[in-house]
Amino acid sequence: MGTATLPPITPLTKKDFQTDQEVRWCPGCGDYAILSAVQSVFPELGIKRENFVVVSGIGCSSRFPYYMNTFGFHTIHGRAPAVATGIKAIRPDLEVWVATGDGDALSIGGNHTIHMLRRNVGLKVLLFNNKIYGLTKGQYSPTSEFNKKTKSTPFGSVDRPFNPVSLAIGAEATFVARSVDVFQAHLKDTLKHAAAHKGSAFVEILQNCNIFNDGAWFSLTERDARTEHILQLEHGKPLIFGKNRDKGIRRKSDGDIEVVALGNGISESDLIVHDANHPRPSYAFLLSHMEHRPGFPTPIGVFRAWDDLPRYEDVMNQQIKDVIAKRGSGDLNKLLHAGDTWEVK
Amino acid sequence: MSTAFETPIPSRLKPEKIDQAVIRFAGDSGDGMQITGSQFTNTVALYGNDIATFPDFPAEIRAPAGTLPGVSGYQLHFASGDIYTPGDAVDVLIAMNPAALKVNIADLKKNGILIVNSDSFKEADLKKAQSATNPLEDHSLDGYRLFSVELERLTRVALEHLGLDAKSMDRCKNFFALGMCYWLYNRSMESTARWIQDKFKNKPLLVEANKLAMKAGYSYCEATEAFQISYEIPPAKLAPGIYRNLSGNQALALGFVTASQKSGLRLFQGSYPITPASDILHELSQYKDFGVMTFQAEDEIAAITSAIGAAYAGALAITTTSGPGMALKTEAMGLAVAVEIPLVVCDIQRGGPSTGLPTKTEQADLLQALFGRNSEAPIPIIAPATPSDCFWAALEASRIAVKYMVPVIILSDGYLANGAEPWKIPDADAIADFKVQFAKEKNSPNAYLPYKRNPDTLARPWAVPGTPGLEHRVGGLEKQDVTGNINYEPLNHENMVRIRAAKVAAIAQEIPDIEPAGDPQGDLLIVAWGSTHGAITAAVKAQRAEGRKIGHLHLRHLNPLPANLGDVIKRYKQVLVPELNMGQLLWLLRAKYLVDAIGLNKIQGRPFKQVELEQKIEEMLGVD
Repeated sequence: MGTATLPPITPLTKKDFQTDQEVRWCPGCGDYAILSAVQSVFPELGIKRENFVVVSGIGCSSRFPYYMNTFGFHTIHGRAPAVATGIKAIRPDLEVWVATGDGDALSIGGNHTIHMLRRNVGLKVLLFNNKIYGLTKGQYSPTSEFNKKTKSTPFGSVDRPFNPVSLAIGAEATFVARSVDVFQAHLKDTLKHAAAHKGSAFVEILQNCNIFNDGAWFSLTERDARTEHILQLEHGKPLIFGKNRDKGIRRKSDGDIEVVALGNGISESDLIVHDANHPRPSYAFLLSHMEHRPGFPTPIGVFRAWDDLPRYEDVMNQQIKDVIAKRGSGDLNKLLHAGDTWEVK
Repeated sequence: MSTAFETPIPSRLKPEKIDQAVIRFAGDSGDGMQITGSQFTNTVALYGNDIATFPDFPAEIRAPAGTLPGVSGYQLHFASGDIYTPGDAVDVLIAMNPAALKVNIADLKKNGILIVNSDSFKEADLKKAQSATNPLEDHSLDGYRLFSVELERLTRVALEHLGLDAKSMDRCKNFFALGMCYWLYNRSMESTARWIQDKFKNKPLLVEANKLAMKAGYSYCEATEAFQISYEIPPAKLAPGIYRNLSGNQALALGFVTASQKSGLRLFQGSYPITPASDILHELSQYKDFGVMTFQAEDEIAAITSAIGAAYAGALAITTTSGPGMALKTEAMGLAVAVEIPLVVCDIQRGGPSTGLPTKTEQADLLQALFGRNSEAPIPIIAPATPSDCFWAALEASRIAVKYMVPVIILSDGYLANGAEPWKIPDADAIADFKVQFAKEKNSPNAYLPYKRNPDTLARPWAVPGTPGLEHRVGGLEKQDVTGNINYEPLNHENMVRIRAAKVAAIAQEIPDIEPAGDPQGDLLIVAWGSTHGAITAAVKAQRAEGRKIGHLHLRHLNPLPANLGDVIKRYKQVLVPELNMGQLLWLLRAKYLVDAIGLNKIQGRPFKQVELEQKIEEMLGVD
């Protein structure tokens, strides 16, 4: 028994995940920041490059696979979750990430999104939410605010928008998070959390389209707003926000929540302590909905990370293994002769 | 108990030997007519008769009881010689109620045997069937040999000691009728008794009741000498071998499992339930011991796109549907064409447009299969001709898909899907392998080129995720040949469109020259495809026996067409194209070969009758 010398493992770097393809997003687009964050996080995950697959639908965000030096599949509008489900079913060992947008995932592909989440397919879904249709040049999207004036709604849109996080929690997704294109550190951290989750991981990324919907998130991303209007969720920590960290979220006796000012007898111990790992989705849903109420902040971070549910692809493959264990591997001649047969001599 | 079923009770009457019969069971969709018919079929098939079946049922699971739209029928043609169709007219009709009688009586031959359940001809029953008078009394049935049997009362008498409620006893009456038919055709009740035993294995009382009802029907004929005649149809002289009964949908399922074994690829089926294709999903979902993965998707689009994902990951991927689902899959089929990925799409055609006639057969999706995608998106098409041929179609489609890296469409239909025939079981070991080799190495000094093609097949390599060094991107955007990089240049696009077309055209190189059945040249050539095979074969045989010079070409490959088709067409004075549509193959042949072909088109949700084809042949040949 000689001493085996393993070849030195060359760690992957961000560069390993960049392609030679010219990136064709508009200058200043938030997608660049997301691409950079993903390319930075992938080498840190300890996964071989050939085991990554990036799948997308149609839209600006869905050009993503072309810029990632992994296996990549740019599919058709809205169908990335279904294509990715087929990949995971056959190859549960692959690390499959889906890049999608608000139109792709919530309009034309809404059905696949909710079914992928309810099945808990082990996919990481990055939903780039810019609240507009970019690639078709500026129509309102299913996340655009009510009365949005766009090319297709000159007198204002009359649709109520989806809240992507609420929708995902409503479909009982096991991991739901939100981050922002310009918050690079937070975004990378959130992506790492998503990567660590075994089941479906759904990440809404607030993203600026500087051509057709510039400033859609400025109320959250401008320097002052960022601290005043954003509640950063951290598991095990109280729900505190505000420039001076002087406000918090408290549970009311009727089960609802309220914003309270700290001081005057109200201390951190009165606030809700964030529990992202709760098995039931109700609390996360309550959190996801607070941004629609006056005076409440917009939460970012991990809303829900409950990873006790087996992944769909594992259950599918286990069922096959169980049947084979019980019946033995199929014998083709026996199968063709199954049932009543007769012989002609 | 079961020993009593092993041989038929010897009949006192000497059976009359005949060579074929057509029998139809008709009743309410809740009367168990499909079970009764398929049990009778199984029994005569096991005995060695050649068979052809035609189940015909409504789209509603339980239409209002006793009404005309709720009538469900099962027709069987069985014979001691070769047969090709379920039969134009029936020798024996079993009608469980006035509605079933009204819907089916026109197909009963003159002086044919008519067995009716007289217990269901009360005034209310007649009203539901919109019959003004009672046909059992108004002499409208005088031209038939009518056997009016109190099926309900007699069944109840036979079962009264079991302590079942009246409703449960009445549910057994179809087995009483089946027992009568077994007596009439001198058949053993053994295989049905076994089936009952298995079907109700957890309900011993129902096992007893159904067996007893069947036996009571048999004994009733024996004791009352009701028919005064019984028949014997000797076994058919089929080629030696082991046979089983096989429907088209079962055959597809078995074909895909075989293809999976022969290719060494996992089988993945993405499907959304739709009539008449769902049985393929039901079948394949049972074969997990073959590693088969079935995915009941959230919709037709997810069904095909999940299959595309599975194919991308290295599976033998299929999706199964019918016309409306086919329409929903069109964009994804275009994606499969663009990314050049193997996939088999099964369209089990039914009457349309829109929801149309879900349970009835039609051949009107040919042009949809050929052209129903945006832009130039050619896809090979294979059309099986008989139920068991679906097995070979599944195998061939799979082989072409992986060899050429293309999606392939199989066009079956409701008639093939549900119809059954005896199938000589092939030796699985004798079926050729087509083991697939995934790309493992870079195919150029510095890079993996996903669109660098095999010069013979024009197929691109299949590099599955997880293969080191072969990371690459594919997608629906136009790409540069060889590199696969996005490319919008005008000449590149034209080149790629032509390559995709040439790839499909290249498949013609392995389609053998087609030779017509019947006369190799002459007065009339019939060109057809799909499930019309049986009726056309029978009609051509009958007409040639009259001395007419007729050839019959049945096209299995509809895209690309066989290379010598144009030459064969020229050998005949006239060309007839019978189809269950408005003339789709006709349109193609006229366009491609500039031939003045004539169509025979039936769009009734039903297959051709032999007589309809013969009439048209005679008309074209000027026979008076």
